[in-house]
Amino acid sequence: MNPFGYARAADAADAVRLGSAPRAAYLGGGTNLVDLMRRNVVAPATLVDVTGLSSAIEERPDGGLLIGAAARNTAVAEHRAVRARYPLLARAILAGGSAQIRNMATVAGNILQRTRCPYFYDVAGSRCNRRHPGQGCDAIDGHNRDHAILGGSPACVATHPSDMCVALAAADAVVHLRGARGARVLPLTELHRLPGDHPEIETELEAGELITAVELPPLPPGAASGYRKVRDRAGYAFALVSVAAVLRVERGVITAVRLALGGVAPKPWRARTAEQALLGAPADPATFRAAARTELAAAVPLRHNAFKIELAERTVTAVLADLAGEAR
Amino acid sequence: MTTSAHGRAPVGPAPENWAGPVPDPLTDPARTRRIGEPMPRLEGLAKVTGRIKFAAEHAYPGMLYAALACSTIPKGRITALDVADAERAPGVVLVMTHRNAPRMNPMPGFGSDPKAGGFDTLPVLQDDRVHWNGQPIAVVLAETQEQADHAATLIRVGYAPEPAVTSWEEAVANGTAPTTIYGGPGRRELGDAEAALRAADVSVDEVYRTPYHNHAAIEPHAATVLWDGDELFVHDTTQMVAHSAWSLAKIFGIPEERVHISAPYLGGGFGGKGLWWYQVLAAAASRLAGRPVRIALTRENVFRTVGSRARTEQRVAIGATADGRFEAIIHTGASATSRSADLSEPFILPAQCTYAARTFKLGVEVAYLDMMANTSMRAPGGAVGSFALECAIDELAVKLGMDPIELRLRNEPRQEPIDGRPLSARNLVRAWRAGAERFGWDRRNPTPGAVRDGEWLIGMGCAAATHPYVRSPGAAARITLHRDGRAEVEVAAHDMGMGTATAQTQVIADRLGLEPHQVTFRFGDSRLPGLVMAGGSQQTAAIGAAVAAAHRELLAQLLKLVGDGSPLGGLEPDQVGSLDGGVAALDDPSRHESYADILDRAGRDRLVAEAVAQPPEELTARSMHSFGAMFCEVRVSSVTGEVRVTRFLGSMDCGRIVNPRTAASQFRGGIIMGIGLALTEELVLDDRTGRVVNASLADYHIPVHLDVPEIDLIWTDIPDPHAPMGARGIGEIGITGTGAAIANAVYNATGRRVRDLPITPDKLL
Ligand SMILES: Cc1cc2nc3c(=O)[nH]c(=O)nc-3n(C[C@H](O)[C@H](O)[C@H](O)COP(=O)(O)OP(=O)(O)OC[C@H]3O[C@@H](n4cnc5c(N)ncnc54)[C@H](O)[C@@H]3O)c2cc1C
Ligand code: SF4
Repeated sequence: MNPFGYARAADAADAVRLGSAPRAAYLGGGTNLVDLMRRNVVAPATLVDVTGLSSAIEERPDGGLLIGAAARNTAVAEHRAVRARYPLLARAILAGGSAQIRNMATVAGNILQRTRCPYFYDVAGSRCNRRHPGQGCDAIDGHNRDHAILGGSPACVATHPSDMCVALAAADAVVHLRGARGARVLPLTELHRLPGDHPEIETELEAGELITAVELPPLPPGAASGYRKVRDRAGYAFALVSVAAVLRVERGVITAVRLALGGVAPKPWRARTAEQALLGAPADPATFRAAARTELAAAVPLRHNAFKIELAERTVTAVLADLAGEAR
Repeated sequence: MTTSAHGRAPVGPAPENWAGPVPDPLTDPARTRRIGEPMPRLEGLAKVTGRIKFAAEHAYPGMLYAALACSTIPKGRITALDVADAERAPGVVLVMTHRNAPRMNPMPGFGSDPKAGGFDTLPVLQDDRVHWNGQPIAVVLAETQEQADHAATLIRVGYAPEPAVTSWEEAVANGTAPTTIYGGPGRRELGDAEAALRAADVSVDEVYRTPYHNHAAIEPHAATVLWDGDELFVHDTTQMVAHSAWSLAKIFGIPEERVHISAPYLGGGFGGKGLWWYQVLAAAASRLAGRPVRIALTRENVFRTVGSRARTEQRVAIGATADGRFEAIIHTGASATSRSADLSEPFILPAQCTYAARTFKLGVEVAYLDMMANTSMRAPGGAVGSFALECAIDELAVKLGMDPIELRLRNEPRQEPIDGRPLSARNLVRAWRAGAERFGWDRRNPTPGAVRDGEWLIGMGCAAATHPYVRSPGAAARITLHRDGRAEVEVAAHDMGMGTATAQTQVIADRLGLEPHQVTFRFGDSRLPGLVMAGGSQQTAAIGAAVAAAHRELLAQLLKLVGDGSPLGGLEPDQVGSLDGGVAALDDPSRHESYADILDRAGRDRLVAEAVAQPPEELTARSMHSFGAMFCEVRVSSVTGEVRVTRFLGSMDCGRIVNPRTAASQFRGGIIMGIGLALTEELVLDDRTGRVVNASLADYHIPVHLDVPEIDLIWTDIPDPHAPMGARGIGEIGITGTGAAIANAVYNATGRRVRDLPITPDKLL
């Protein structure tokens, strides 16, 4: 870990001002950032502590929610309105990390957590384009069981590790931002970037831009939602594959659907191709499976992760079948 | 038997030869009061209230903190080493590399001398050579840990890499080499097993693979080191204080008495807490800097610089008659090792002792990689060997259409299968029957894939567990008896958290006829008598035998003190025993005099008796093993391939159980580790670079609570007549058999046979 300065932001404006300093980084719960500093993956000069900014969870008149960026993961998962209206989000958060980590982790920190690619972490001993542009990628020909089957590039095949983001992607969440040039909003699905030739540029955020809140529009009325995570042990492991889905079935026909995948791509993967195949189709396992297949047709397996294609197909099918049973 | 007024008999001297016909008097329940009690751990309260100091919690004035810089290539030479920035970094006092490290002797390899304790034999930081990816190449000492950590990242290294063998496949293709098992034969044969296999009515012949495993003890390795002139003092976390002290003395070329190691408390060891590079580096750096040093390895350091259990590839072939009698057991294969460890993973141990067969062919070979020295880990050989053997038996049972327990019972041996040694006490059949009944084995549907609950397939499996009885020579004990009737017993033994001190306090209380509160057991210090490694599940027996020898000596000394007026006058040492805080005649316990009275009258404040345990002749004379019958139920998702263990029962046969509470924890801990072995644990070495890929506990998956069901335990509690207190080892056996029981249950649930651990979801799609 490098020597660094520390400042606590009083409010969002203060944070943005402090965050505009060179090599400043916002500090949420620190469960990811501090680890990365200890492993020397990142070396910020100043940490701007933003845990004092809004952590409120407000119910909106339209039935949506506005969640302050500093809200702890546990607080979100436990919130009555979240549990009642966005079960997929509560389940996704609870599927992540451990109770201790969820108690510390903030909403913004969770969204911006970095990949768990082990080569990314191994600064001294491994090459990584995401960490050191142009260095090469040790994962592509290395141990890549946990890596991406969708959205990767020859430069990087890392996955985005968040569970919460997969649910947010399926819930059409919007991220509120504030930077030196003012405030703006961005759909969560447009926040993270695919690696392409520049895996080091992970998001659309401008330098020093702050996440202030996440907004959830109401789910389609009458829709059921859920989250399922497949992992190597029963808890405290990142997803091999995860699925968040919102589904409404009327008279046997799918009238609303949103589907997102985790563990398979460098960003929370909204499965729009599958959604197109599902909308208006009969809600039966054959449809679900076929839709999953169309989405996964683009999948490119690596040496150790071909199983994710079948696993994703099966998990999507099972989650949708479950929700169809609930929604019926 | 003659008993005292309240119905107990004196505890006379233990046998002079443990292989002989007379058992330890403490095998007799009428002579024991505390053995068998579920006494809570003596240090439990102090531990949970934070009043105990571990190795990295001792502080000294002027103490410096150490950080390591490690190699990033598997093999070659260091051609450039720029430490200028590190030396200039804030707080840095010393950067030690091969250029300025003191000259030291290589680590004495474990087994090269009875006291040798090194698990690597390389010289430490003595030249520019790199032998594995992750090898320490520099040590930074600074005023704070943070400063040391930071400075270590500023060291710049250039290498001239050399071709290295970093893939298992390449190592095997280079040819495997015959090896030994702890100095004993690595190959055992009886008859012509290959011919018997070919001629057998029914046979299986399969290959099983197990990966590298890390011990993942909760306490990372650490030491606090202090030189006083040429005397070295080390607070360490080690399961071999005496071995480590002797070995450090050799490395630094100083007399053994000048090295003092204290390690009373460990946060787990599992075979990984021996002498590694970190203690040597800390001691060398401390000497150079002239200040005390604390080295506390990061978890990543542990993964890269402390050896792990080696990867194996095992062939198991079993031939049987149509009615299920074994004609041939073949268990061969190879495990990975480095040239500097040259240590096999002795996976043939279970096949040597568990079943009778007409012919045997057992052999372990090694495949050399340029990797970190591998080492022992809980149940070396047994953990992974029982996986292969017990799965093969399950596969054979399927082919025979026979119940797998019945098949095992049919091949129960009447003697040690290969060399014919007589059995000491073996009650595995009883353990199978009691376990099957308690678990409800008769409710198992033998047809794979037949039991379902929604998407979940349910199956049951079983396997035999086994671990050899071990008692190494050299254990010694010193008993100091005080005039007020208290006794101190000192042994250079260890409590890694398993309850050694508690169980031994019970044993000593019974051996000396005292109450536990009158007994103080001292351990974990190299200045104490004897040589006892906390390894091989041997401590209960090894310490027990040492204390028994000292007790014999104590009785002799006491008799020398009693005068004519004593009720004990005229008795010989083997005519007396300990009872009720004193000495009594074996055939007439009313002839009794208290220790206090004896010392009082002789005008002595204390009496000291020290002795070395009798040599372990029982090991060669008898077939002595702990056994168990492991049962489990699993649920396997037919959608995702995820496996959940929902029920587990261990039905154990380990001789007398000294303390049911601490024993249950040992069994349970072993079984939990076995769940990890079966389902989640795999240390991945990048086969291009030999570098550990998943060097963190986020990525190296030990089981979490959600992976562990309630674990039920029963035991036979039948004393072994040739073991001290009748107790065989219990510490490691829990991990054996567990992997196979789970794999066999997965087969019963799904019809899928996974022969390649761990059984992760992808293997069941
Ligand atoms: C052992 C372990 C297991 C885990 N398992 C899981 C799992 O199974 N599933 C899962 O989803 N996650 C898991 N996590 C990750 C965990 O969810 C994240 O570490 C956590 O959500 C990060 O939140 P934080 O507030 O601690 O972020 P920090 O570590 O403080 O910050 C993370 C990043 O966000 C930036 N940041 C923080 N706040 C803001 C803001 N307001 N505006 C802009 N940038 C900001 C920081 O600069 C930093 O780059 C695990 C973590 C660990 C250590
Ligand atoms: S996959 Fe991406 S993060 Fe991983 S090593 Fe390659 S470039 Fe780095």
